[in-house]
Amino acid sequence: MSGTFVGMPAFPKAAHEAVGNATLRGNLRHATHTIRAKRANAVAEVSDWAQLREAGKRIKDHTLRHLDRYLVQLEESVTAAGGVVHWAADADEANRIVTRLVEETGESEVVKVKSMATQEIGLNEALLAAGIHAYETDLAELIVQLGKDRPSHILVPAIHRNRGEIRDIFRTEMGEWGRPAPDGLTDSPAELAEAARLHLREKFLRAEVGISGANFMVAETGTLVVVESEGNGRMCLTLPRTLISVVGIEKIVPTWRDLEVFLQTLPRSSTAERMNPYTSTWTGTTDEDGPRAFHLVLLDNGRTDTLADEVGRQALRCIRCSACLNVCPVYERAGGHAYGSVYPGPIGAILSPQLRGTSSEIDASLPYASSLCGACYEVCPVAIDIPEVLVHLRERVAQGGPATRAGNKVVLRPAKGHAAERAAMRAARWAFSHPGALRTGQRLASRTRRLHPRTLPGPGRAWSATRDLPAVPAEPFRDWWQRTHGTDGTDGTDGTDGKKGAAR
Amino acid sequence: MSGRERILGRVRRALADVPADDPSYEQAVARDYLRAHGARSAAETVHLLAANLADYRALVHRCSEVELPSLIAGLLTDRGATSVLVPPGLDEGWLAATDVTRVADRADSTPHELDGVDSVVTACAVAIAETGTIVLDGAPDQGRRRITLVPDHHICVVRVPDQVVSGVPQALERLDPARPLTWISGPSATSDIELDRVEGVHGPRTLEVVLVG
Ligand code: SF4
Repeated sequence: MSGTFVGMPAFPKAAHEAVGNATLRGNLRHATHTIRAKRANAVAEVSDWAQLREAGKRIKDHTLRHLDRYLVQLEESVTAAGGVVHWAADADEANRIVTRLVEETGESEVVKVKSMATQEIGLNEALLAAGIHAYETDLAELIVQLGKDRPSHILVPAIHRNRGEIRDIFRTEMGEWGRPAPDGLTDSPAELAEAARLHLREKFLRAEVGISGANFMVAETGTLVVVESEGNGRMCLTLPRTLISVVGIEKIVPTWRDLEVFLQTLPRSSTAERMNPYTSTWTGTTDEDGPRAFHLVLLDNGRTDTLADEVGRQALRCIRCSACLNVCPVYERAGGHAYGSVYPGPIGAILSPQLRGTSSEIDASLPYASSLCGACYEVCPVAIDIPEVLVHLRERVAQGGPATRAGNKVVLRPAKGHAAERAAMRAARWAFSHPGALRTGQRLASRTRRLHPRTLPGPGRAWSATRDLPAVPAEPFRDWWQRTHGTDGTDGTDGTDGKKGAAR
Repeated sequence: MSGRERILGRVRRALADVPADDPSYEQAVARDYLRAHGARSAAETVHLLAANLADYRALVHRCSEVELPSLIAGLLTDRGATSVLVPPGLDEGWLAATDVTRVADRADSTPHELDGVDSVVTACAVAIAETGTIVLDGAPDQGRRRITLVPDHHICVVRVPDQVVSGVPQALERLDPARPLTWISGPSATSDIELDRVEGVHGPRTLEVVLVG
């Protein structure tokens, strides 16, 4: 797939560079800690959170186990409601379909609402190669696009930028793309948001083609759902004449009623709100209201390979809330870019190696980008056991075994002696030599003891044999580290005092 | 082979482990979560709606049916509005006390024309107290989706207590999925700059909700 960032160093190297960047670390720490506390409050407000979480998990699991049936049902419902359904087995096919659909409208620019699926397939680049300009309209995506940057968080893609940097980007870049930033723009968030409003409004008002993803697709009714905050989604979904939605096949829920679960768990888990400012639902096309043509592009691109893995398929339950990023001690230190994919953090560590396979250095190292502390599992609103999948993927990298690639069953060779193994070893070493990065994972003891076999899983097994590592401790990792290293567990890259970040 | 056949074939092969007697949808999904959180009287539910709307910075007003025209007229005057978008099926009485220029919701208006209108007045389909949400479904008293999007000032009238439910599950029951829905919880907002919530990016920056009844 085309989703790997070209020239991306493997996780340990990228993470090492990131932890050395004080601004990035400060921004991340401030952001993740803020949202973490808010989320806990939003979740505590609903007394039946555990039941909602279980229902969400079961709805998604059931759907995945019968995905062929629900895909066909969805196609029928969307078609009956006036939409056109396209199927894309991989990124190239999806890009070709979307490019052709845009070309058929005769337009050379499109407005886009933030969509992970279109980032995953590199749609903007593919459109540009065909002479079509895609304008990102989500504020954070705009910051990323204007800054010629990469997103670093699922929900807040510019989380690594502070307000001063954003002002500088707006001042220097907006004029290149359209309406320039107002004179005397300061770094107050309200002024920056106003500058974005003005800059984007001229694009919305003239847009003829909108491109979106979707949070959910309802098989029974053919309804698509987009959850957002700013109103740029509504602009893209209702003003253009043509709407093209590119959606992963795992985003299906069977019934309209199922939304009652996810419209409660998603906003509280992601933005820590009772409800996000705007949610749009649409079913095909509506006479004289909104787009006259609606195209749904169903995207595989590694999802069916993921589905074929009985342990790994649970990653497809993900509703992209980003709660797991915000609690992850490794993400907090390493930043989103280190994961080398549009899916950062714990979910990225299990999703990217499954969507893309583990043949590249970065993908082979991702299952090691974790301390297995289990905080991600505890906050996940669809109860994905991320540590379980990480351990499973480590085994696969180290020992090889059966897997599915592009729909074909293959037997992976053990990574021993391969570049992938070396990357994996470095990742393991990185994780285990940065105990400071693990400090906030206080739930270590209860979760990881169950998960660790007697030796370290995956390459860690070889590692523990040759590197004089004791069999994985029944005691929490930090305690073990302190006992064996006799320090308080901090090292030069640990930013736990956080003053720099918190003061901003 | 078409993309469709390829993908469906891959899905079926991937699911070879799923037995023929795998639990049905009804069996697989537990529905032991709540329809609403806590027991409240109708009046308390309306009160909670008002509180949650205000918490997300919507401006909330309450009045009787008789007071509604003068309240709406006052809101438009305070705003300095000179024009207002009117859905085709809006109760004519609601705008009886104002002489602000009416702009009809028409299929052929351009987005630029809508951008020149100051305010919009609509009804709603349902409101959710626990989340402070109003839902529009494009019925004649609410109009096309874009008329509540492009103008910067939205006045939305909720009939209480009839249109108010407590929880999200109760709202979905009342809504028709075939209609295009817009769920609104406070004015548009972003937290993209250092997670500071800033009201008003692309949607209306001022949302006024009138609870009438
Ligand atoms: S894995 Fe779970 S917590 Fe992480 S983004 Fe997906 S749904 Fe949210």
